[in-house]
Amino acid sequence: MAGADGDDSLYPIAVLIDELRNEDVQLRLNSIKKLSTIALALGVERTRTELLPFLTDTIYDEDEVLLALAEQLGNFTMLVGGPEYVHCLLPPLESLATVEETVVRDKAVESLRKISQEHSPVDLEVHFEPLVKRLASGDWFTSRTSACGLFSVCYPRVSSTVKAEIRQHFRTLCSDDTPMVRRAAASKLGEFAKVLELDYVKSDIISLFTALASDEQDSVRLLAVEACVSIATLLPQEDLESLVMPTLRQAAEDKSWRVRYMVADKFSELQKAVGPEITKNDLVPAFQNLLKDCEAEVRAAAANKVKEFCENLPEDNREQIIMTHILPCVKELVSDTNQHVKSALASVIMGLSTILGKDNTIEHLLPLFLAQLKDECPEVRLNIISNLDCVNEVIGIRQLSQSLLPAIVELAEDAKWRVRLAIIEYMPLLAGQLGVEFFDEKLNTLCMAWLIDHVYAIREAATCNLMKLVEKFGAEWAQNTIVPKVLGMANDPNYLHRMTTLFCINALSEACGQDITTKQMLPVVLKMSNDQVANVRFNVAKSLQKIGPVLDSNALQTEVKPVLEKLATDTDMDVKYFAQEAISVLVLA
Amino acid sequence: TCSSSSTPNFSVPSAEKVDGFPRRSMRRARQRRSHSSSQFRYQSSQVELTPLPLLKDAPVAELHDLFCKKLQQCCVLFDFLDCVADLKGKEIKRAALNELVESVATSRGVLIEPLYPEAIKMISVNIFRTLPPSENPEFDPEEDEPTLEASWPHLQLVYEFFLRFLESPDFQPSMAKRYVDQKFVLQLLELFDSEDPREREYLKTILHRVYGKLLGLRAYIRKQINNIFLRFIYETEHFNGVAELLEILGSIINGFALPLKAEHKQFLVRVLIPLHTAKSLSIFHAQLAYCVVQFMEKDATVTEYIIRGLLKYWPKTCTQKEVMFLGEIEEILDVIEPSQFIRVQEPLFKQIAACISSPHFQVAERALYFWNNEYILSLIEENCQVILPLVFATLYRVSKEHWNQTIVSLIYNVLKTFMEMNSKLFDDLTASYKVEKQKELKRDRERADLWRGLEEHQDRRMQMLTEAARNQRNLQERGERGDPPSPSSPQTSHSDQPELKPSGASSSSSGGGESAT
Repeated sequence: MAGADGDDSLYPIAVLIDELRNEDVQLRLNSIKKLSTIALALGVERTRTELLPFLTDTIYDEDEVLLALAEQLGNFTMLVGGPEYVHCLLPPLESLATVEETVVRDKAVESLRKISQEHSPVDLEVHFEPLVKRLASGDWFTSRTSACGLFSVCYPRVSSTVKAEIRQHFRTLCSDDTPMVRRAAASKLGEFAKVLELDYVKSDIISLFTALASDEQDSVRLLAVEACVSIATLLPQEDLESLVMPTLRQAAEDKSWRVRYMVADKFSELQKAVGPEITKNDLVPAFQNLLKDCEAEVRAAAANKVKEFCENLPEDNREQIIMTHILPCVKELVSDTNQHVKSALASVIMGLSTILGKDNTIEHLLPLFLAQLKDECPEVRLNIISNLDCVNEVIGIRQLSQSLLPAIVELAEDAKWRVRLAIIEYMPLLAGQLGVEFFDEKLNTLCMAWLIDHVYAIREAATCNLMKLVEKFGAEWAQNTIVPKVLGMANDPNYLHRMTTLFCINALSEACGQDITTKQMLPVVLKMSNDQVANVRFNVAKSLQKIGPVLDSNALQTEVKPVLEKLATDTDMDVKYFAQEAISVLVLA
Repeated sequence: TCSSSSTPNFSVPSAEKVDGFPRRSMRRARQRRSHSSSQFRYQSSQVELTPLPLLKDAPVAELHDLFCKKLQQCCVLFDFLDCVADLKGKEIKRAALNELVESVATSRGVLIEPLYPEAIKMISVNIFRTLPPSENPEFDPEEDEPTLEASWPHLQLVYEFFLRFLESPDFQPSMAKRYVDQKFVLQLLELFDSEDPREREYLKTILHRVYGKLLGLRAYIRKQINNIFLRFIYETEHFNGVAELLEILGSIINGFALPLKAEHKQFLVRVLIPLHTAKSLSIFHAQLAYCVVQFMEKDATVTEYIIRGLLKYWPKTCTQKEVMFLGEIEEILDVIEPSQFIRVQEPLFKQIAACISSPHFQVAERALYFWNNEYILSLIEENCQVILPLVFATLYRVSKEHWNQTIVSLIYNVLKTFMEMNSKLFDDLTASYKVEKQKELKRDRERADLWRGLEEHQDRRMQMLTEAARNQRNLQERGERGDPPSPSSPQTSHSDQPELKPSGASSSSSGGGESAT
């Protein structure tokens, strides 16, 4: 490597450092982002002895520059000469880990965590761990906050004496005077517990966990709930009851809704961590309470977990628990006063049918689905419709449509176009399952009505829907039921409806085949080339281009070509443009 | 994770995001609603209240006993979201509270020692509660109507009672301090996050009184306010009572003893100045600027910290905030000592020049108004030799190219002022303007050349290194075929190799690394 450093003298460090000191922040930032280029130009030796000391000394800068620096230094190991020298990066990162701005600090900690892995066990004790200790006992909260994120990366690889020190430092930070530090410690508690020996988890972590979970500030307590998941996973089942459950029970009934929200939000993880027995005895009642919480945020978070919670119940008495304990609460939530709660429930409630099976679904769940389908809030209705398929699997489409069809038909005319759109998307599925007769009788009118919806997205979806129906039911069905109605709209006084005819023809021609296209659709399209509205005329050109490949060459030459030629001389420039395009695509010129 | 998990909010429903329309109507509907206090649920069973005799009719011997009973009666909480629930009970409590307020405010000798714990208990039970989640997750204090506290009819009277209690001539801090302790104050401070401005107004006056009367709590109150601000700045960006707390601090700073303690300077540098970074600065900027100026008037030596701090946090993209910063700078300059001005004039006027060249005319205009301030003008005049060279190029250039005529004419005035101040310097600068411009262009070219050279060098080096690495690997593989690698050496050379590619690939587009492997 020494030979490769030969041309470094070309770049005196002063010039490079001037770049890093440029008055213009943007230029300084650019230079810092290319710090690796500078380091490479200097070579490993001078990077260590000149560049890094400079960077360490000039830590006072714009946060944006510091952020870039903190990020760069995490990838610097090779540029200072490899793992042997990686500890040279610690001084600048240590300073960065103490600055005020959270993003910078977090990035410095991230880089420190990264390079900690590149330290040898000896270097870790000689260089890294002292840094962690210094940060942990810094004056200002920022350094102590940063220290919290570094314990777990060095703990596994140091000697037992140093381990004891690390544990002591962590303990101290957990009872720090400033809530910011306690929050940082609480958020790293789970991570730290994972690298500790089980005995220390029981002796140290549990007492810290208990203390943080009863902190005077709810922002600290709620972070202890997160740690609870990791801690419970680490402990043997027989210890959970005495070591974790008292605290968890207390958190589930905390006077602050934020803590209860956190419990609700982490409920599935907690449930898995504590196992089936405790779930049955403790979590079921706790979950019931959360579903009945006085704060809507909490109820919504719990409602979101209903399906997962039920799924993860022990199978032997899952159904019984759901039917006697959970379902009554769910029933109440269906008519909750808060729309977010109902909407959260609607997004998962359909999942219960798979768990409860056909009979229970029909008897207990269908009424709830129906109620939610008729909810005043569109979000709720939408969530139900979008999950119809899981119920479909359990009770079959016929049962589903018999009970839900009236509601669905109602929703087809919903005031919210997004709800109508969701319904349209279910039509091909419903049609396929219900069969032609049933469809013609109950749904066909709806499908046609959407073609003249006042929202373009709906008309477009309705057109696409027709195509899918024809693919299912065949050309003959199309010829008898759909095509006449579609073509009838060509005489509608509203030009938007006349254009819908063209759009339908575009979509249907392929599925209907040459015969129908040539005999029934083409004459209508050609006739529309005399429409007064230019938009209709250029759509005629576009349609002809689209259906051209389906037609035979005779029809193309004798009927299509003259019309397109006429349109190509239209007074409107767009009509001309599309007519010419069609002529060239169909090779009629 | 701290910030996101501590304020769980509903996500915006997806249907509304796209629709755009229903959103506003829903927000409006929400604004009319008011908060329920979560605390209501935590009362085990509803107590039936029976009216007690009036305080004013009570014989002197029974007065204290009756007062105490009324305090206990007022510990019962009512459901205010259901506005027709237990109307009778609500009325009895309201009347009792009114009487308590009146009695504390007007009669002497009522506040005897045994009443202190009862009074503080009644206050605590009523006001301390976890504030409910905001009805409007994107509550913008400037745009939206705040959600009001539903139980205000009672709550207001409780606050009124508390205030009268603290202000009563009979109030004895030595007795109160046993009950109004650190825990009490901490809970009181948390209430400042209330969305209801009426509540924050009461809290402000009350905290001010507590600070004034209970000397033992002062340091603790300052520390906790620090924590609230730091959390606001660095974690959540959300706290409704910043302006109120700053207002209290404004008068606290006024009373600081000289020389300023390290704690107070730290508060200025590490809390007040960073508060300027908040997104919602406009809501509390007036109070914040007042605090900053108070500090300067106390002790002029903090001036440099302040100006350099403001320059560090100068807004980059938000012109509205830039105008506020300029306003604050003018307030500071109004009271700055000339000796301090000299210490900061250079970085300060570089920033002012940058503002003058802002394409946003309000920013440019606000900066140019400095020249209408007589005191500032006198400072500029005294230091013309330093300042004019700093701003000349900008003034000259912007006077030729700003789109807004008002700005152009303001700049002409400024240039004229400078010309009158020091015509010799002005002429020199005008003469050298073009030369300086050329020099600048040359520097830019040199920089571009330097970087081009550096990058070419990097490409060469990367190529060499990859080649070296490949050779080394080949060598090693040859060696390993005979000799299995020992797992006990985690830092031998083969751990270097994966390092090579990321560090090179991250900064250069050299494909050498990839093609070699």
